[in-house]
Amino acid sequence: MAQQIDRTGTPAAERAPAAAAPSAAAPGPGRRFAALRRRMPRSTFGRHALITLAALVAVVLVLELTSPFRNSQFATMSYYAIAAAGLTVLTGLNGQISLGHGALMAVGAYTTGLLLTGDGGLPLPVVMLVAAAVTALVGAVVGAAAARLHGPYLAGATLALAVAVPGLAIYFDTALGGEQGLPVASPHVPSWFADAVYFLSANETPTAKYLAYVGWGTLLLVLLLLANLMAARTGRVWRAVRDDEVAAELAGIRLGRVRVLAFVVSAACAGLAGAVLGIVVRLAAPSGFTIVLSLGLLTAVVVGGLGSLVGALLGSALLVFLPPAVTNIGIGAGLDGTQAAQLAPFVYGVVLVLVMLLAPSGAVGVTKKLWNRSRKNRRGPSTRRTG
Amino acid sequence: MQQFLNVTLTGLGQGAVYAAFALALVLIWRSTRIVNFAQGAMAMFTTYLALTVIEGGQSYWVGLAVALVAGLVLGAVVERLVIRPVEGGPELNAVIVTLGLFVALQALAAILFGSTFRSFPAPFDLRGFSVGGINVAFTANSIYTIGAVVVVMVALVALFRFTDLGLKMRAAAFSQEVSRLLGVPVGRMLTLGWALAAVVGSLSGLLIAGGSLVFPAYMDAVIVYGFVAAVLGGLDSPGGAVVGGLTIGLLLSYVSGYLGSELVALAALAILVAVLLVRPQGLFARTAARRV
Amino acid sequence: MSELASPSSAVRTGTLEIRSLTTAYGPVTALDAVDITAERGKVTAVLGANGAGKSTLLRTISGLVRPEAGQVLLDGTDLTRAPAEAIARAGIAHVPEGRGVITELTVEENLRLGALLGSSRRRAGSMPQSDRAGRSLAQVYEMFPPLAERRRRDAHVLSGGERQMLVIGRALLSGPDVLLLDEPSLGLAPRIVAQIFGLLRDLVDSDGVTVLLVEQNARSALSIADVGIVLNLGRVVARDSAAALAADDGLRHAYLGF
Repeated sequence: MAQQIDRTGTPAAERAPAAAAPSAAAPGPGRRFAALRRRMPRSTFGRHALITLAALVAVVLVLELTSPFRNSQFATMSYYAIAAAGLTVLTGLNGQISLGHGALMAVGAYTTGLLLTGDGGLPLPVVMLVAAAVTALVGAVVGAAAARLHGPYLAGATLALAVAVPGLAIYFDTALGGEQGLPVASPHVPSWFADAVYFLSANETPTAKYLAYVGWGTLLLVLLLLANLMAARTGRVWRAVRDDEVAAELAGIRLGRVRVLAFVVSAACAGLAGAVLGIVVRLAAPSGFTIVLSLGLLTAVVVGGLGSLVGALLGSALLVFLPPAVTNIGIGAGLDGTQAAQLAPFVYGVVLVLVMLLAPSGAVGVTKKLWNRSRKNRRGPSTRRTG
Repeated sequence: MQQFLNVTLTGLGQGAVYAAFALALVLIWRSTRIVNFAQGAMAMFTTYLALTVIEGGQSYWVGLAVALVAGLVLGAVVERLVIRPVEGGPELNAVIVTLGLFVALQALAAILFGSTFRSFPAPFDLRGFSVGGINVAFTANSIYTIGAVVVVMVALVALFRFTDLGLKMRAAAFSQEVSRLLGVPVGRMLTLGWALAAVVGSLSGLLIAGGSLVFPAYMDAVIVYGFVAAVLGGLDSPGGAVVGGLTIGLLLSYVSGYLGSELVALAALAILVAVLLVRPQGLFARTAARRV
Repeated sequence: MSELASPSSAVRTGTLEIRSLTTAYGPVTALDAVDITAERGKVTAVLGANGAGKSTLLRTISGLVRPEAGQVLLDGTDLTRAPAEAIARAGIAHVPEGRGVITELTVEENLRLGALLGSSRRRAGSMPQSDRAGRSLAQVYEMFPPLAERRRRDAHVLSGGERQMLVIGRALLSGPDVLLLDEPSLGLAPRIVAQIFGLLRDLVDSDGVTVLLVEQNARSALSIADVGIVLNLGRVVARDSAAALAADDGLRHAYLGF
């Protein structure tokens, strides 16, 4: 069933040549890559931690060297990526589609808005954790209902969720601000943080940059946790349920529980993403959590490659950096501003269709395929098979 | 009492439209096992075409004809170009393709026709009839809406029950392989099925728009209500879709009338979840078991 | 598609020729250079164990599966790469194993589908001989009274034997030149099998249809067949008159299991 959809797990065929590569007289990047691999820590967790640390350094460099405008774009990208990472675990790894992640983000954002009261309230990390927990709870309820559904039924039910939740905010307008939305207090930049940044780069830390740091810090933490979860038994069980639920059930896996757990983890990510969105946008409003947001997240994970965290990251970058580019092209072509702004969703839709028709494994899948092919070719024609 | 009557009548009118929309979903589901999430966007698009024609000085009826013909073509083109390659493949792929179409069509409509609210004319009077001095929420236009849906239903039943083409379409929907062995051009039947479904969808889009406002997202909620209605009816049964549509129309009208219109979508969600958990085969399914 | 159905220069006799047909599912070769000729008015039985390639043979002939190599000829017209619906219109009726009934339709609607194919074949002029002009619905009901009783019922109420009657009757309504039958005895009581096979034999004798019969139940099949062919792992391992095959003890024990 999931055959076309996803190629997340490194196939055995790929792992074997990687181990054999140093002995083969393969010059160029292949060898260097293998040498790099040998120097990596042996444990999966250690490797992930090292990559995360490297990524953290890269994040600091990028955020310090780019303009405030770019900083805010990166902040936006961080919450898309957190939600997309959660969605890719659910859809790519466990085979459950969700069009309701926008609604789950709304839960996180509204929770943050209610709890974050500026001075004297709960500290930001606590608020974010509570937002994640509340959303996870909602996710558990949704997941329990969703665990018995598949494919189009699940898509329809979560679509209903995406349409229904914004209505709640309007119904409880005294508490949640109705159509105008709920303002979210902007967190203060802690002085120790500003000092640390000043010490490292001699730069001031405006709120926008601080928020980007918060977003990316959260994102890296989420990615680290998810990567470990995916590599561990939980990830294998999720994949087993996705690939063949009958076989998984016969192997003693309790389908319902596994599905709900996947939904809870995914929802917690969406809640965190909503919290980051809340503090970055400084507002939680129904108009911010339309179906378009949910479908945008789906686009991100599908384009990047279902089930791949790197794919989710790439897809989120697309969500942030594509619209301005496309909009500019549209204005250049003579469209007015509101028309040109619609070019981005148009491109999302077309890309969703095209990816499913031409490359269902997404960007990461295609890159992997090309990489494997080029490596096979380098190993000489004797190993190539025709047919 | 008067409010109850009005809410009920409004619900019936809306239910008729949801029934038509659910029927379009069921037609496609029966033949290709795909829920066409782009159905609403397709209907929205053809409604805009009709509006363009009407604003260009033509009558409502020319606009109606344009929308229906455009729906026919759009349905056939969509099936041939983007659905055919994912038919019979992993079900998630088909879902994602229809969602992609949904987003793309909605954005395209915003680019071509603008994102602002525009009013769509109704062919008949929108003032309620007065019965014994009391004004009820039942208009000449609601009669037209219900009538149009009934005509379409009857035409579809006639097509499927009494014509050779309808028999071939049903055969192709139920068993592709056996149908091919009996010389039925299955591919053409599936294309025709999508085209017909898109016509019905277009009609429902137009009926919802009549006397109201259109904007690119105006069908978003209708997709959900139509889907809930179709699932309520079993997703496989055209008759179930009609009953489901009317039921949803009434229930949502009561929710809107007595609890608040913001809760309508939430009520639809609750009904959907309740149906899927309690009676997943739908209220009117003929087959006993269904995998949801 | 109609050019496929049009009579070729050869006389229309309903001869089905299969030339070195090879079919593979991925790396698995299901049919390996199979040659079979089925002649008009004769029952050719293809026998073999599970997995011998019998069903694949029929599915390849009727266009449901694409062959890797080889040809399928009906009266000299090459049908090898034609789509299944065109092959059906050319006069090859494939009665698939077990699931051939469309259970959601009524008995009569199932039969009407066969009749529709028959009338489109008649319109296309691909059913010229009056003796095989196809049976009428009334004749089929006469032939199978249980179907007549349940004509308005959904086909899923039929028993296994009645389903077999339905699919055979439906095939006859299309006025085929060639009848491909896949395991018609599967899951039926011996008495019903005898009844259906007897009926088949009568049909061949009276209508002159070409029958290619695929069976695991070798004893019953050989009892009505003229020619027998034994498939093993996709290859033809024996080919003889049905009587001779039934008498060959060694072959029977090795491949046919009785």
